[in-house]
Amino acid sequence: MKRSVGVALIAFSLAVLPFALAQIGTTWVRITDYAILYILLALGLNIVVGFAGLLDLGYIAFYAVGAYAYALLASPHFGLHLPFWIILPIGAAIAALFGVLLGAPTLKLRGDYLAIVTLGFGEIVRIFLNNLSRPVNITSGPQGIARIDPFRIDGFSFASSQTIAGIDFSGPIKYYYLLLLVMLGVIVVNLRLQNSRIGRAWEAIREDEIAARAMGINTRNLKLLAFAMGASFGGIAGGMFSAIQAFISPESFVLVESVMVVSMVVLGGMGNIWGVILGALLLSFAPEVLRWTVEPLQRALFGRSLIEPEVIRMLLFGLAMVLIMLFRPAGLLPSAVRKRELTGHAT
Amino acid sequence: MDTFLQQVINGLTAGSVYAVVALGYTMVYGIIQLINFAHGEVVMIGAMVAFTVINALVPYGMPPLVIVLIGAGCAVPVCMLVGYAMERLAYRPLRHAPRLAPLITAIGVSIILQHLALLIWSRNVLAFPQIIASQTYFIGGAAITSIQIAILTICFGMMAALAILVYRTPLGTAMRATAQNPQVAGLMGVDINRVIAATFIIGAALGAVAGVLYGTYYGLAQYTMGSILGLKAFSAAVLGGIGNIPGAMLGGVLLGVVEALGAGYIGDLTNLCAYDTLAPRIADCAGGGNFVVFGSNYQDVFAFIVLILVLVFRPSGLLGERVGERA
Repeated sequence: MKRSVGVALIAFSLAVLPFALAQIGTTWVRITDYAILYILLALGLNIVVGFAGLLDLGYIAFYAVGAYAYALLASPHFGLHLPFWIILPIGAAIAALFGVLLGAPTLKLRGDYLAIVTLGFGEIVRIFLNNLSRPVNITSGPQGIARIDPFRIDGFSFASSQTIAGIDFSGPIKYYYLLLLVMLGVIVVNLRLQNSRIGRAWEAIREDEIAARAMGINTRNLKLLAFAMGASFGGIAGGMFSAIQAFISPESFVLVESVMVVSMVVLGGMGNIWGVILGALLLSFAPEVLRWTVEPLQRALFGRSLIEPEVIRMLLFGLAMVLIMLFRPAGLLPSAVRKRELTGHAT
Repeated sequence: MDTFLQQVINGLTAGSVYAVVALGYTMVYGIIQLINFAHGEVVMIGAMVAFTVINALVPYGMPPLVIVLIGAGCAVPVCMLVGYAMERLAYRPLRHAPRLAPLITAIGVSIILQHLALLIWSRNVLAFPQIIASQTYFIGGAAITSIQIAILTICFGMMAALAILVYRTPLGTAMRATAQNPQVAGLMGVDINRVIAATFIIGAALGAVAGVLYGTYYGLAQYTMGSILGLKAFSAAVLGGIGNIPGAMLGGVLLGVVEALGAGYIGDLTNLCAYDTLAPRIADCAGGGNFVVFGSNYQDVFAFIVLILVLVFRPSGLLGERVGERA
């Protein structure tokens, strides 16, 4: 009984949240949209890092693949305008393929080597995006692709404002509900996955790969599956990013973004879905909060802005990663198993 | 032939710098099995400090060589301090933690260092002042500048010095002992903490000099230069067999040459107009045009391709020995 009241309360507050935020400013709804995208990314990466224990530092490449798949198939760039329900699965499939492509040669590698190879992979994808404008223009290079189609169902566009039943729905608010729906779907998939046969096999691989293999787990296929599933979530998030932003360029898929998603997972608690969501929320709202606090504070103290909020944010990221590992290695909201493992009671 | 020799010379120069940076990775990895992600940033800080000092000294009209030496002389201790501080604060407390933990702190340290540099030096590119009159010599149709000769000499000199340090001195013996088995080395009276700190400091000092040389070679330094240089040097260390000191030297030089040759030839190799069967079918080829699929702007990809190939086919590297996974 108490539980259902709690769920109803959360559902209600999530439903009215965008309207409350719109009172402060539409930017905040937009910021929330991007925060949900980061949650999707962090949950996808959590499958690879948190569940299967494979540190992937090039995760943003899959986001890029999904984003570019959407942009190329739904923009004036090639004159293609496929509907989103066709492109999103295609984007997810292509991203999954890339995940397997990355996973296959790295299967035998241990954690730290894997981290570097994935990092290199992310850079390769970015370099290709930057340069595949010649001799045949595929990605438009650093200029990026503009005028990407929004999500549309018949005449209903997610980008434009509209009044339904006497309530004004702006573009970002409509996207908010769509993103919320996708996020709930992803959360359910993740929760079910965690305690499934596959999820437990991943956990076994993470804890001790040799022992897992001895128990009859097909480590090769399961690791590839982790890469593919994580990548496909990234691909879906990328497609949505493309549609919401209406413009993409390789700038959005730099190494720092990969690192940011990793730090969300690490900060929140690897392997724990709620922890990861918390981490993603904290880190994606941090720059905005800093913009609203640090800037005025600096102006008040020194009369001008000495340090950009962006720099402060990155410094805090780095510091958080170090401090979390030193003092709370399992994250803010640790998963029970990870906690045992990372605080060293098991060994 | 001219292009070939020219690219080999350019590759050797860049490769010798990679080798020196790679030593920093490989020494630390050999001793505590940690990929020190932040090493590339130490190299960057070395270059930035040196460039700042050099730019500040130029108006005083000292001889160029003295200015550069003072610049490097300031960069080395700063980097040693940075190297020591990160070992002491970020890695030492985690020495017995699971492997993922120090790796993540390493990424954190790298972000911190990069953005501290951004804070201090801003986003601007620091240019190396035109103080050294570079002379060009010709060998068999290829050009080599005096700067390249200096870089090659300094790098190989440092590698030789490091080899002597590691294989001929008590500190080197202690380092090798710690790399083999820290517990037993400790029992034999080796102060492990001191040895590990020394490893970081030596690696950072080498990195500082490499940063100055790299910056001088390309004429500029920026706060972002560390990550790509670090990645390449790490690739070099893996190519030679990580943890193996001669391997890092070999890997660095090889990687530099592969990269230079790759960048030099990929444009010609992927120019579809050069292939008689394809040329008539491509409109761009008419009248001596070109249709280059991959140009030299893909240069940075080679290091990663080498890295992935090595890890797939010979994970222990060229000189590394095959070891089973340690439980």
